[in-house]
Amino acid sequence: MPSANTAASGRPNGFANRINLQQYVVYFGFLAIFLFFAIVLKDSGFLTVRNLSNIVLQTAPATIMAIGLVFVMSAGEIDLSIGSTVAVSALAAAVTMNDYGLVAGVLAGLGAGLLVGLLNGALVAYVKLPSFLVTLATLGLFAGVSRSMTDLRSIPVTNGTFTGFFGSGAFLGIPSLIWWTAIAVAVGHLIYRETRFGAHVLAVGDNSRAAGVSGISVPRIRLTVLMISGGLAGLAGLLYAGRLQAAKYTLGETDLMTVIAAVIVGGTLLNGGKGSIIGALVGSLMMGMLNNGLILMGLSVSDQMIVRGLIILAAVAVSLREKSR
Amino acid sequence: MTVNAEATQNAPVLRLQDIRKSFGGIVAIENFSLEVYPGEIVALVGDNGAGKSTLIKIISGVHPPTSGTMTIEGETVTMSNATMARAHGIEVVYQDLALADQQSVYMNMFLGREPTNRFGLLDRRRMIDETDKLVKELDVRIPSAHATIRDLSGGQRQGVAIARATHWASKLILLDEPTAALGVAETAKVEEIVQSLKSRNIGVLIISHSLDQVFKLSDRICVLRRGKQIGVRETAKTDKNEIIAMITGLQHS
Repeated sequence: MPSANTAASGRPNGFANRINLQQYVVYFGFLAIFLFFAIVLKDSGFLTVRNLSNIVLQTAPATIMAIGLVFVMSAGEIDLSIGSTVAVSALAAAVTMNDYGLVAGVLAGLGAGLLVGLLNGALVAYVKLPSFLVTLATLGLFAGVSRSMTDLRSIPVTNGTFTGFFGSGAFLGIPSLIWWTAIAVAVGHLIYRETRFGAHVLAVGDNSRAAGVSGISVPRIRLTVLMISGGLAGLAGLLYAGRLQAAKYTLGETDLMTVIAAVIVGGTLLNGGKGSIIGALVGSLMMGMLNNGLILMGLSVSDQMIVRGLIILAAVAVSLREKSR
Repeated sequence: MTVNAEATQNAPVLRLQDIRKSFGGIVAIENFSLEVYPGEIVALVGDNGAGKSTLIKIISGVHPPTSGTMTIEGETVTMSNATMARAHGIEVVYQDLALADQQSVYMNMFLGREPTNRFGLLDRRRMIDETDKLVKELDVRIPSAHATIRDLSGGQRQGVAIARATHWASKLILLDEPTAALGVAETAKVEEIVQSLKSRNIGVLIISHSLDQVFKLSDRICVLRRGKQIGVRETAKTDKNEIIAMITGLQHS
Protein backbone atom coordinates (compact mmCIF):
# COMPACT_ATOMS: atom_id res chain seq x y z
CA MET A 1 0.00 0.00 0.00
CA PRO A 2 2.75 2.55 0.72
CA SER A 3 4.03 2.27 -2.84
CA ALA A 4 0.64 3.20 -4.27
CA ASN A 5 0.32 6.15 -1.93
CA THR A 6 3.59 7.76 -2.87
CA ALA A 7 2.89 7.24 -6.54
CA ALA A 8 -0.33 9.21 -6.21
CA SER A 9 0.98 12.07 -4.09
CA GLY A 10 3.86 12.50 -6.52
CA ARG A 11 1.48 13.34 -9.34
CA PRO A 12 -1.89 14.18 -7.79
CA ASN A 13 -3.35 15.37 -11.08
CA GLY A 14 -2.27 12.40 -13.16
CA PHE A 15 -5.43 11.13 -14.76
CA ALA A 16 -4.49 7.45 -14.59
CA ASN A 17 -3.41 7.72 -10.95
CA ARG A 18 -6.52 9.52 -10.00
CA ILE A 19 -9.00 7.00 -11.28
CA ASN A 20 -7.05 3.89 -10.45
CA LEU A 21 -5.30 4.42 -7.14
CA GLN A 22 -8.04 3.09 -4.95
CA GLN A 23 -8.88 0.27 -7.30
CA TYR A 24 -5.32 -0.98 -7.34
CA VAL A 25 -4.47 -0.56 -3.67
CA VAL A 26 -5.85 -3.99 -2.96
CA TYR A 27 -3.63 -5.69 -5.53
CA PHE A 28 -0.51 -4.00 -4.24
CA GLY A 29 -1.55 -4.82 -0.67
CA PHE A 30 -2.25 -8.42 -1.58
CA LEU A 31 1.11 -8.77 -3.28
CA ALA A 32 3.00 -7.04 -0.46
CA ILE A 33 1.43 -9.19 2.24
CA PHE A 34 1.94 -12.32 0.17
CA LEU A 35 5.64 -11.56 -0.36
CA PHE A 36 6.08 -10.63 3.30
CA PHE A 37 4.68 -13.93 4.53
CA ALA A 38 6.41 -15.90 1.79
CA ILE A 39 9.76 -14.61 3.04
CA VAL A 40 9.12 -14.50 6.79
CA LEU A 41 7.25 -17.80 6.93
CA LYS A 42 9.09 -19.78 4.33
CA ASP A 43 9.96 -22.48 6.86
CA SER A 44 6.52 -22.54 8.47
CA GLY A 45 4.63 -23.98 5.51
CA PHE A 46 2.93 -20.79 4.31
CA LEU A 47 3.85 -21.38 0.68
CA THR A 48 2.59 -24.97 0.48
CA VAL A 49 -0.24 -25.72 -1.95
CA ARG A 50 -2.18 -27.18 0.92
CA ASN A 51 -1.93 -24.02 3.00
CA LEU A 52 -2.71 -21.68 0.11
CA SER A 53 -5.75 -23.67 -0.97
CA ASN A 54 -6.86 -23.76 2.66
CA ILE A 55 -6.85 -19.96 2.65
CA VAL A 56 -9.17 -19.91 -0.36
CA LEU A 57 -11.49 -22.52 1.20
CA GLN A 58 -11.67 -20.72 4.51
CA THR A 59 -12.44 -17.37 2.96
CA ALA A 60 -15.28 -18.68 0.78
CA PRO A 61 -18.13 -17.63 3.12
CA ALA A 62 -16.56 -14.21 3.75
CA THR A 63 -16.03 -13.64 0.04
CA ILE A 64 -19.66 -14.44 -0.67
CA MET A 65 -20.84 -12.08 2.08
CA ALA A 66 -18.48 -9.45 0.70
CA ILE A 67 -20.16 -9.63 -2.72
CA GLY A 68 -23.49 -8.79 -1.12
CA LEU A 69 -21.93 -5.97 0.82
CA VAL A 70 -20.43 -4.46 -2.34
CA PHE A 71 -23.96 -4.07 -3.69
CA VAL A 72 -25.22 -2.62 -0.40
CA MET A 73 -22.36 -0.18 0.05
CA SER A 74 -22.40 0.86 -3.59
CA ALA A 75 -26.02 1.91 -3.07
CA GLY A 76 -24.87 4.03 -0.13
CA GLU A 77 -26.22 1.69 2.56
CA ILE A 78 -24.62 -0.72 5.01
CA ASP A 79 -25.56 -4.18 6.26
CA LEU A 80 -24.22 -4.92 9.74
CA SER A 81 -26.55 -7.89 10.20
CA ILE A 82 -24.75 -10.30 7.86
CA GLY A 83 -23.00 -12.13 10.71
CA SER A 84 -26.15 -13.09 12.54
CA THR A 85 -27.91 -13.75 9.24
CA VAL A 86 -25.27 -16.42 8.58
CA ALA A 87 -26.00 -18.08 11.93
CA VAL A 88 -29.78 -17.96 11.56
CA SER A 89 -29.57 -19.35 8.02
CA ALA A 90 -27.19 -22.15 8.94
CA LEU A 91 -29.36 -23.15 11.91
CA ALA A 92 -32.57 -22.94 9.89
CA ALA A 93 -30.99 -25.14 7.22
CA ALA A 94 -29.66 -27.67 9.74
CA VAL A 95 -32.86 -27.98 11.75
CA THR A 96 -35.07 -28.20 8.66
CA MET A 97 -32.79 -30.65 6.91
CA ASN A 98 -32.72 -33.06 9.80
CA ASP A 99 -36.54 -33.21 9.76
CA TYR A 100 -37.53 -32.62 6.13
CA GLY A 101 -34.52 -33.47 4.02
CA LEU A 102 -31.94 -31.84 1.83
CA VAL A 103 -34.00 -29.61 -0.47
CA ALA A 104 -36.16 -28.22 2.33
CA GLY A 105 -33.03 -27.52 4.36
CA VAL A 106 -31.32 -25.60 1.56
CA LEU A 107 -34.48 -23.61 0.85
CA ALA A 108 -34.91 -22.84 4.56
CA GLY A 109 -31.32 -21.60 4.80
CA LEU A 110 -31.52 -19.36 1.76
CA GLY A 111 -35.06 -18.30 2.65
CA ALA A 112 -34.02 -17.24 6.14
CA GLY A 113 -31.29 -15.05 4.65
CA LEU A 114 -33.67 -13.50 2.13
CA LEU A 115 -36.24 -12.83 4.84
CA VAL A 116 -33.71 -10.99 6.98
CA GLY A 117 -32.76 -9.01 3.87
CA LEU A 118 -36.43 -8.30 3.16
CA LEU A 119 -36.96 -7.03 6.69
CA ASN A 120 -33.85 -4.83 6.56
CA GLY A 121 -34.70 -3.64 3.08
CA ALA A 122 -38.33 -2.82 3.78
CA LEU A 123 -37.41 -0.79 6.85
CA VAL A 124 -34.70 1.10 4.98
CA ALA A 125 -36.51 1.60 1.66
CA TYR A 126 -40.09 2.20 2.73
CA VAL A 127 -40.01 3.21 6.40
CA LYS A 128 -36.93 5.29 5.48
CA LEU A 129 -34.86 4.39 8.50
CA PRO A 130 -31.06 4.59 8.18
CA SER A 131 -29.60 1.21 7.24
CA PHE A 132 -26.88 1.61 9.85
CA LEU A 133 -29.45 1.61 12.66
CA VAL A 134 -31.79 -0.94 11.10
CA THR A 135 -29.08 -3.53 10.52
CA LEU A 136 -27.45 -2.81 13.86
CA ALA A 137 -30.79 -3.69 15.43
CA THR A 138 -31.34 -6.79 13.32
CA LEU A 139 -27.76 -7.85 14.04
CA GLY A 140 -28.69 -8.01 17.72
CA LEU A 141 -32.16 -9.35 17.05
CA PHE A 142 -31.03 -12.34 14.98
CA ALA A 143 -28.03 -13.03 17.19
CA GLY A 144 -30.66 -13.54 19.91
CA VAL A 145 -32.91 -15.58 17.64
CA SER A 146 -30.06 -17.92 16.67
CA ARG A 147 -29.23 -18.45 20.35
CA SER A 148 -32.77 -19.15 21.44
CA MET A 149 -33.54 -21.35 18.40
CA THR A 150 -31.33 -24.15 19.68
CA ASP A 151 -30.58 -23.25 23.30
CA LEU A 152 -26.97 -22.53 22.33
CA ARG A 153 -26.54 -26.11 21.12
CA SER A 154 -24.68 -27.11 17.98
CA ILE A 155 -26.87 -28.88 15.41
CA PRO A 156 -25.06 -31.63 13.47
CA VAL A 157 -25.49 -31.74 9.72
CA THR A 158 -25.20 -35.35 8.64
CA ASN A 159 -26.61 -35.27 5.12
CA GLY A 160 -23.62 -36.38 3.00
CA THR A 161 -24.97 -34.87 -0.19
CA PHE A 162 -25.29 -31.50 1.53
CA THR A 163 -21.84 -31.51 3.11
CA GLY A 164 -20.36 -32.57 -0.20
CA PHE A 165 -22.20 -29.99 -2.24
CA PHE A 166 -21.70 -27.07 0.16
CA GLY A 167 -18.59 -28.18 2.02
CA SER A 168 -15.93 -30.78 1.62
CA GLY A 169 -16.86 -32.15 -1.82
CA ALA A 170 -15.25 -31.52 -5.17
CA PHE A 171 -16.32 -31.35 -8.77
CA LEU A 172 -13.87 -31.95 -11.65
CA GLY A 173 -11.14 -32.07 -9.05
CA ILE A 174 -11.92 -28.57 -7.76
CA PRO A 175 -13.31 -28.21 -4.21
CA SER A 176 -16.95 -27.17 -4.11
CA LEU A 177 -16.21 -24.11 -1.96
CA ILE A 178 -14.01 -22.80 -4.76
CA TRP A 179 -16.81 -23.43 -7.24
CA TRP A 180 -19.23 -21.47 -5.09
CA THR A 181 -16.79 -18.61 -4.73
CA ALA A 182 -16.06 -18.53 -8.47
CA ILE A 183 -19.72 -18.67 -9.46
CA ALA A 184 -20.76 -16.00 -6.95
CA VAL A 185 -17.93 -13.70 -8.03
CA ALA A 186 -18.62 -14.21 -11.75
CA VAL A 187 -22.38 -13.72 -11.49
CA GLY A 188 -21.99 -10.85 -9.03
CA HIS A 189 -19.46 -9.10 -11.24
CA LEU A 190 -21.64 -9.49 -14.33
CA ILE A 191 -24.72 -8.08 -12.59
CA TYR A 192 -22.74 -5.30 -10.94
CA ARG A 193 -20.86 -4.14 -14.01
CA GLU A 194 -22.94 -5.07 -17.00
CA THR A 195 -26.62 -4.72 -16.15
CA ARG A 196 -28.96 -1.78 -15.78
CA PHE A 197 -29.60 -2.89 -12.21
CA GLY A 198 -25.90 -2.59 -11.39
CA ALA A 199 -25.77 0.86 -12.97
CA HIS A 200 -28.82 1.93 -10.98
CA VAL A 201 -27.29 0.69 -7.72
CA LEU A 202 -24.26 2.91 -8.36
CA ALA A 203 -26.44 5.85 -9.36
CA VAL A 204 -28.50 5.59 -6.17
CA GLY A 205 -25.37 5.43 -4.03
CA ASP A 206 -23.77 8.27 -5.92
CA ASN A 207 -26.68 10.74 -5.99
CA SER A 208 -30.04 9.37 -4.96
CA ARG A 209 -31.85 12.56 -5.93
CA ALA A 210 -30.42 12.46 -9.44
CA ALA A 211 -31.30 8.77 -9.66
CA GLY A 212 -34.84 9.53 -8.54
CA VAL A 213 -35.48 12.33 -11.03
CA SER A 214 -33.99 10.10 -13.73
CA GLY A 215 -36.79 7.61 -13.22
CA ILE A 216 -34.89 5.07 -11.11
CA SER A 217 -36.96 3.66 -8.25
CA VAL A 218 -34.65 4.43 -5.35
CA PRO A 219 -36.64 2.43 -2.73
CA ARG A 220 -36.72 -0.63 -4.96
CA ILE A 221 -32.92 -0.50 -5.39
CA ARG A 222 -32.41 -0.14 -1.62
CA LEU A 223 -34.71 -3.08 -0.91
CA THR A 224 -33.06 -5.24 -3.56
CA VAL A 225 -29.45 -4.67 -2.45
CA LEU A 226 -30.31 -5.57 1.14
CA MET A 227 -32.09 -8.71 -0.06
CA ILE A 228 -29.06 -9.66 -2.15
CA SER A 229 -26.90 -9.21 0.94
CA GLY A 230 -29.28 -11.30 3.08
CA GLY A 231 -29.53 -14.02 0.44
CA LEU A 232 -25.75 -14.25 0.05
CA ALA A 233 -25.30 -14.31 3.83
CA GLY A 234 -27.76 -17.23 3.75
CA LEU A 235 -25.59 -18.98 1.17
CA ALA A 236 -22.53 -18.29 3.33
CA GLY A 237 -24.40 -19.95 6.22
CA LEU A 238 -24.95 -23.05 4.09
CA LEU A 239 -21.25 -23.14 3.21
CA TYR A 240 -20.28 -22.92 6.88
CA ALA A 241 -22.73 -25.68 7.79
CA GLY A 242 -21.44 -27.79 4.90
CA ARG A 243 -17.78 -27.37 5.75
CA LEU A 244 -18.12 -27.79 9.52
CA GLN A 245 -20.90 -30.40 9.23
CA ALA A 246 -22.72 -28.55 11.96
CA ALA A 247 -24.54 -25.30 12.59
CA LYS A 248 -24.10 -23.15 15.66
CA TYR A 249 -25.07 -19.68 16.77
CA THR A 250 -21.43 -18.59 16.71
CA LEU A 251 -21.13 -19.00 12.93
CA GLY A 252 -20.36 -15.73 11.21
CA GLU A 253 -20.14 -13.91 14.52
CA THR A 254 -16.71 -12.47 13.89
CA ASP A 255 -16.98 -12.09 10.12
CA LEU A 256 -18.43 -8.60 9.95
CA MET A 257 -15.18 -6.76 10.48
CA THR A 258 -13.31 -9.01 8.04
CA VAL A 259 -15.97 -8.61 5.37
CA ILE A 260 -16.23 -4.83 5.69
CA ALA A 261 -12.43 -4.61 5.56
CA ALA A 262 -12.32 -6.82 2.46
CA VAL A 263 -14.92 -4.69 0.69
CA ILE A 264 -13.32 -1.35 1.53
CA VAL A 265 -9.78 -2.50 0.80
CA GLY A 266 -11.19 -3.86 -2.45
CA GLY A 267 -12.05 -0.38 -3.67
CA THR A 268 -15.69 0.04 -2.71
CA LEU A 269 -16.42 3.48 -1.30
CA LEU A 270 -18.08 3.67 2.11
CA ASN A 271 -20.52 6.31 0.88
CA GLY A 272 -21.51 4.53 -2.28
CA GLY A 273 -21.30 5.21 -5.98
CA LYS A 274 -18.23 3.15 -6.68
CA GLY A 275 -17.06 -0.36 -5.99
CA SER A 276 -15.64 -3.61 -7.28
CA ILE A 277 -16.63 -7.25 -6.90
CA ILE A 278 -13.23 -8.50 -8.06
CA GLY A 279 -11.61 -6.09 -5.63
CA ALA A 280 -13.75 -7.51 -2.82
CA LEU A 281 -12.63 -11.04 -3.77
CA VAL A 282 -8.97 -10.04 -3.64
CA GLY A 283 -9.62 -8.09 -0.44
CA SER A 284 -11.23 -11.13 1.12
CA LEU A 285 -8.35 -13.39 0.07
CA MET A 286 -5.97 -10.81 1.48
CA MET A 287 -7.76 -10.80 4.83
CA GLY A 288 -7.72 -14.62 4.82
CA MET A 289 -4.04 -14.68 3.99
CA LEU A 290 -3.40 -12.17 6.76
CA ASN A 291 -5.24 -14.34 9.28
CA ASN A 292 -3.43 -17.42 8.15
CA GLY A 293 -0.01 -15.78 8.19
CA LEU A 294 -0.53 -14.20 11.59
CA ILE A 295 -1.52 -17.57 13.02
CA LEU A 296 1.55 -19.21 11.49
CA MET A 297 3.65 -16.42 12.96
CA GLY A 298 2.29 -17.43 16.34
CA LEU A 299 0.25 -14.30 17.06
CA SER A 300 -2.56 -14.66 19.57
CA VAL A 301 -6.20 -14.15 18.63
CA SER A 302 -6.17 -10.76 20.30
CA ASP A 303 -3.08 -9.68 18.39
CA GLN A 304 -4.72 -10.79 15.15
CA MET A 305 -7.74 -8.65 15.96
CA ILE A 306 -5.53 -5.66 16.58
CA VAL A 307 -3.71 -6.08 13.27
CA ARG A 308 -7.02 -6.52 11.42
CA GLY A 309 -8.38 -3.38 13.03
CA LEU A 310 -5.32 -1.42 11.98
CA ILE A 311 -5.68 -2.67 8.40
CA ILE A 312 -9.29 -1.46 8.34
CA LEU A 313 -8.23 1.95 9.63
CA ALA A 314 -5.63 2.22 6.90
CA ALA A 315 -8.17 1.16 4.29
CA VAL A 316 -10.75 3.67 5.45
CA ALA A 317 -8.13 6.41 5.46
CA VAL A 318 -7.20 5.68 1.85
CA SER A 319 -10.86 5.44 0.88
CA LEU A 320 -11.79 8.81 2.37
CA ARG A 321 -8.66 10.48 1.07
CA GLU A 322 -9.61 9.36 -2.40
CA LYS A 323 -13.18 10.60 -2.06
CA SER A 324 -12.23 14.07 -0.87
CA ARG A 325 -10.01 14.80 -3.86
CA MET B 1 -52.37 14.84 -33.32
CA THR B 2 -54.68 15.79 -36.11
CA VAL B 3 -53.16 19.10 -37.15
CA ASN B 4 -51.72 19.63 -40.61
CA ALA B 5 -48.09 20.24 -41.32
CA GLU B 6 -48.39 24.00 -41.58
CA ALA B 7 -50.17 24.24 -38.27
CA THR B 8 -47.52 22.08 -36.61
CA GLN B 9 -44.90 24.52 -37.77
CA ASN B 10 -46.62 27.35 -36.00
CA ALA B 11 -48.18 25.47 -33.13
CA PRO B 12 -46.58 25.98 -29.73
CA VAL B 13 -44.77 22.99 -28.24
CA LEU B 14 -46.08 24.03 -24.87
CA ARG B 15 -49.21 25.96 -24.02
CA LEU B 16 -50.17 26.80 -20.47
CA GLN B 17 -53.65 28.21 -19.91
CA ASP B 18 -54.94 29.73 -16.69
CA ILE B 19 -52.57 27.69 -14.57
CA ARG B 20 -53.24 27.99 -10.88
CA LYS B 21 -51.40 26.24 -8.11
CA SER B 22 -52.10 26.46 -4.43
CA PHE B 23 -50.46 24.69 -1.53
CA GLY B 24 -53.08 24.46 1.18
CA GLY B 25 -54.46 27.96 1.40
CA ILE B 26 -51.44 29.63 -0.15
CA VAL B 27 -51.65 30.52 -3.81
CA ALA B 28 -48.27 30.02 -5.43
CA ILE B 29 -49.25 30.63 -9.05
CA GLU B 30 -52.43 32.11 -10.51
CA ASN B 31 -53.75 33.01 -13.95
CA PHE B 32 -50.61 31.95 -15.68
CA SER B 33 -50.72 31.52 -19.44
CA LEU B 34 -47.75 31.07 -21.71
CA GLU B 35 -46.84 29.55 -25.03
CA VAL B 36 -43.45 28.31 -26.09
CA TYR B 37 -42.83 27.68 -29.79
CA PRO B 38 -40.33 25.27 -31.33
CA GLY B 39 -36.92 26.84 -31.77
CA GLU B 40 -37.81 29.61 -29.36
CA ILE B 41 -36.09 30.59 -26.13
CA VAL B 42 -38.41 32.08 -23.53
CA ALA B 43 -36.95 33.54 -20.36
CA LEU B 44 -38.81 33.40 -17.09
CA VAL B 45 -37.79 36.20 -14.76
CA GLY B 46 -38.92 37.41 -11.39
CA ASP B 47 -37.66 38.09 -7.91
CA ASN B 48 -36.95 35.38 -5.38
CA GLY B 49 -40.19 33.71 -4.36
CA ALA B 50 -42.04 34.95 -7.45
CA GLY B 51 -43.01 31.38 -8.33
CA LYS B 52 -40.48 30.53 -11.06
CA SER B 53 -39.42 27.26 -9.49
CA THR B 54 -43.01 26.27 -8.80
CA LEU B 55 -43.78 26.85 -12.45
CA ILE B 56 -40.83 24.68 -13.52
CA LYS B 57 -42.11 21.96 -11.21
CA ILE B 58 -45.58 22.18 -12.70
CA ILE B 59 -44.26 21.87 -16.25
CA SER B 60 -41.89 19.03 -15.33
CA GLY B 61 -44.70 17.07 -13.70
CA VAL B 62 -43.40 17.27 -10.13
CA HIS B 63 -46.36 19.34 -8.87
CA PRO B 64 -49.54 18.95 -10.92
CA PRO B 65 -51.40 22.29 -11.21
CA THR B 66 -54.49 22.84 -9.06
CA SER B 67 -56.37 24.04 -12.12
CA GLY B 68 -55.73 25.11 -15.68
CA THR B 69 -54.68 23.19 -18.73
CA MET B 70 -51.34 22.27 -20.18
CA THR B 71 -51.03 21.21 -23.79
CA ILE B 72 -48.02 19.78 -25.56
CA GLU B 73 -48.17 20.15 -29.33
CA GLY B 74 -51.90 20.64 -29.13
CA GLU B 75 -52.48 17.60 -26.94
CA THR B 76 -53.83 18.24 -23.47
CA VAL B 77 -51.75 16.41 -20.90
CA THR B 78 -52.00 15.69 -17.22
CA MET B 79 -48.81 14.67 -15.51
CA SER B 80 -48.29 13.49 -11.99
CA ASN B 81 -44.57 12.82 -11.98
CA ALA B 82 -41.32 13.63 -13.75
CA THR B 83 -41.31 10.33 -15.63
CA MET B 84 -44.53 11.30 -17.39
CA ALA B 85 -43.07 14.67 -18.37
CA ARG B 86 -40.07 12.92 -19.85
CA ALA B 87 -42.36 10.61 -21.80
CA HIS B 88 -43.89 13.76 -23.32
CA GLY B 89 -40.49 14.95 -24.48
CA ILE B 90 -39.87 17.47 -21.68
CA GLU B 91 -36.44 17.51 -20.04
CA VAL B 92 -35.25 19.59 -17.11
CA VAL B 93 -31.73 20.77 -16.38
CA TYR B 94 -31.91 21.19 -12.63
CA GLN B 95 -29.96 23.79 -10.76
CA ASP B 96 -27.96 21.04 -9.03
CA LEU B 97 -27.63 19.32 -12.45
CA ALA B 98 -28.72 15.89 -11.11
CA LEU B 99 -25.49 14.23 -12.21
CA ALA B 100 -23.96 11.19 -10.53
CA ASP B 101 -20.47 12.52 -9.80
CA GLN B 102 -18.56 9.29 -9.67
CA GLN B 103 -19.98 7.84 -12.85
CA SER B 104 -18.76 8.46 -16.37
CA VAL B 105 -20.18 11.08 -18.70
CA TYR B 106 -21.82 8.43 -20.86
CA MET B 107 -23.48 6.68 -17.91
CA ASN B 108 -24.89 10.05 -16.85
CA MET B 109 -26.17 10.76 -20.35
CA PHE B 110 -28.22 7.57 -20.11
CA LEU B 111 -28.94 7.63 -16.37
CA GLY B 112 -32.09 5.60 -15.77
CA ARG B 113 -32.49 4.97 -19.51
CA GLU B 114 -29.52 2.76 -20.28
CA PRO B 115 -29.83 0.79 -23.52
CA THR B 116 -29.18 -2.94 -23.39
CA ASN B 117 -28.11 -5.44 -26.02
CA ARG B 118 -29.91 -8.67 -26.87
CA PHE B 119 -28.38 -10.41 -23.85
CA GLY B 120 -29.90 -7.81 -21.54
CA LEU B 121 -26.48 -6.34 -20.76
CA LEU B 122 -25.54 -2.66 -20.91
CA ASP B 123 -24.82 -1.51 -24.43
CA ARG B 124 -21.77 0.61 -23.58
CA ARG B 125 -20.65 0.92 -27.20
CA ARG B 126 -23.90 2.61 -28.14
CA MET B 127 -23.90 4.89 -25.08
CA ILE B 128 -20.32 5.99 -25.78
CA ASP B 129 -20.93 6.55 -29.50
CA GLU B 130 -24.08 8.59 -28.97
CA THR B 131 -22.42 10.60 -26.21
CA ASP B 132 -19.39 11.36 -28.38
CA LYS B 133 -21.61 12.42 -31.24
CA LEU B 134 -23.77 14.76 -29.19
CA VAL B 135 -20.91 16.23 -27.21
CA LYS B 136 -19.21 17.06 -30.50
CA GLU B 137 -22.38 18.56 -32.02
CA LEU B 138 -22.98 20.79 -29.02
CA ASP B 139 -19.28 21.53 -28.69
CA VAL B 140 -19.18 20.58 -25.01
CA ARG B 141 -15.46 20.28 -24.45
CA ILE B 142 -14.87 17.27 -22.24
CA PRO B 143 -11.82 14.97 -22.26
CA SER B 144 -13.87 11.94 -23.32
CA ALA B 145 -17.17 10.17 -22.83
CA HIS B 146 -15.34 8.01 -20.28
CA ALA B 147 -14.39 10.97 -18.08
CA THR B 148 -15.77 10.93 -14.56
CA ILE B 149 -18.11 13.83 -13.77
CA ARG B 150 -16.20 14.90 -10.67
CA ASP B 151 -13.07 15.42 -12.79
CA LEU B 152 -14.90 17.99 -14.92
CA SER B 153 -15.17 21.74 -14.41
CA GLY B 154 -18.45 23.44 -13.53
CA GLY B 155 -18.97 24.52 -17.11
CA GLN B 156 -18.27 21.06 -18.45
CA ARG B 157 -20.77 19.56 -16.01
CA GLN B 158 -23.39 22.06 -17.04
CA GLY B 159 -22.59 21.16 -20.65
CA VAL B 160 -23.10 17.47 -19.91
CA ALA B 161 -26.41 18.17 -18.16
CA ILE B 162 -27.63 20.24 -21.11
CA ALA B 163 -26.39 17.63 -23.58
CA ARG B 164 -28.33 14.97 -21.69
CA ALA B 165 -31.49 17.06 -21.79
CA THR B 166 -30.95 17.73 -25.48
CA HIS B 167 -30.50 14.05 -26.21
CA TRP B 168 -33.83 13.12 -24.66
CA ALA B 169 -35.99 16.20 -25.16
CA SER B 170 -38.11 16.08 -28.28
CA LYS B 171 -40.26 19.10 -27.37
CA LEU B 172 -39.04 21.27 -24.54
CA ILE B 173 -36.04 21.87 -22.29
CA LEU B 174 -36.37 23.69 -18.98
CA LEU B 175 -33.17 25.33 -17.75
CA ASP B 176 -33.09 26.39 -14.12
CA GLU B 177 -30.34 28.99 -13.55
CA PRO B 178 -27.89 27.25 -15.89
CA THR B 179 -24.98 29.63 -15.24
CA ALA B 180 -25.54 30.64 -11.61
CA ALA B 181 -22.41 28.83 -10.43
CA LEU B 182 -20.13 29.52 -13.37
CA GLY B 183 -17.31 31.91 -14.15
CA VAL B 184 -17.29 34.37 -17.05
CA ALA B 185 -15.72 32.16 -19.72
CA GLU B 186 -17.78 29.15 -18.74
CA THR B 187 -20.97 31.20 -18.75
CA ALA B 188 -20.21 32.33 -22.30
CA LYS B 189 -19.65 28.73 -23.36
CA VAL B 190 -22.91 27.53 -21.80
CA GLU B 191 -24.81 30.45 -23.37
CA GLU B 192 -23.40 29.39 -26.72
CA ILE B 193 -24.67 25.86 -26.16
CA VAL B 194 -28.13 27.12 -25.16
CA GLN B 195 -28.18 29.35 -28.25
CA SER B 196 -27.40 26.35 -30.44
CA LEU B 197 -30.48 24.52 -29.15
CA LYS B 198 -32.65 26.83 -31.28
CA SER B 199 -31.53 25.08 -34.42
CA ARG B 200 -32.84 21.79 -33.04
CA ASN B 201 -36.40 23.05 -33.16
CA ILE B 202 -37.14 22.44 -29.52
CA GLY B 203 -38.59 25.00 -27.18
CA VAL B 204 -36.42 26.30 -24.35
CA LEU B 205 -37.71 27.86 -21.15
CA ILE B 206 -34.90 29.39 -19.13
CA ILE B 207 -34.90 30.80 -15.62
CA SER B 208 -32.17 33.34 -15.05
CA HIS B 209 -31.36 36.10 -12.62
CA SER B 210 -29.03 37.77 -15.06
CA LEU B 211 -30.87 40.24 -17.23
CA ASP B 212 -27.80 40.54 -19.47
CA GLN B 213 -28.11 36.86 -20.14
CA VAL B 214 -31.86 37.04 -20.63
CA PHE B 215 -31.47 39.80 -23.23
CA LYS B 216 -28.65 37.95 -24.94
CA LEU B 217 -30.42 34.60 -25.24
CA SER B 218 -34.17 34.95 -25.23
CA ASP B 219 -36.77 35.68 -27.88
CA ARG B 220 -39.43 36.58 -25.35
CA ILE B 221 -39.42 37.40 -21.65
CA CYS B 222 -42.15 36.42 -19.22
CA VAL B 223 -42.23 38.28 -15.92
CA LEU B 224 -43.60 36.85 -12.69
CA ARG B 225 -44.25 38.71 -9.47
CA ARG B 226 -45.67 37.08 -6.34
CA GLY B 227 -47.18 34.23 -8.32
CA LYS B 228 -48.85 36.50 -10.83
CA GLN B 229 -47.95 36.86 -14.45
CA ILE B 230 -47.12 40.51 -15.00
CA GLY B 231 -46.61 40.28 -18.72
CA VAL B 232 -44.76 38.82 -21.68
CA ARG B 233 -42.56 40.99 -23.89
CA GLU B 234 -40.68 40.34 -27.10
CA THR B 235 -37.04 40.76 -26.17
CA ALA B 236 -36.32 42.89 -29.23
CA LYS B 237 -39.11 45.31 -28.36
CA THR B 238 -38.35 45.95 -24.71
CA ASP B 239 -35.47 47.09 -22.57
CA LYS B 240 -34.01 46.36 -19.16
CA ASN B 241 -35.76 49.28 -17.50
CA GLU B 242 -39.16 48.03 -18.50
CA ILE B 243 -38.39 44.48 -17.36
CA ILE B 244 -36.95 45.68 -14.04
CA ALA B 245 -40.04 47.79 -13.48
CA MET B 246 -42.21 44.76 -14.18
CA ILE B 247 -40.18 42.56 -11.83
CA THR B 248 -40.17 45.02 -8.94
CA GLY B 249 -43.51 46.74 -9.53
CA LEU B 250 -41.77 50.09 -9.22
CA GLN B 251 -41.52 52.65 -11.99
CA HIS B 252 -37.99 53.62 -12.93
CA SER B 253 -37.33 56.90 -14.61
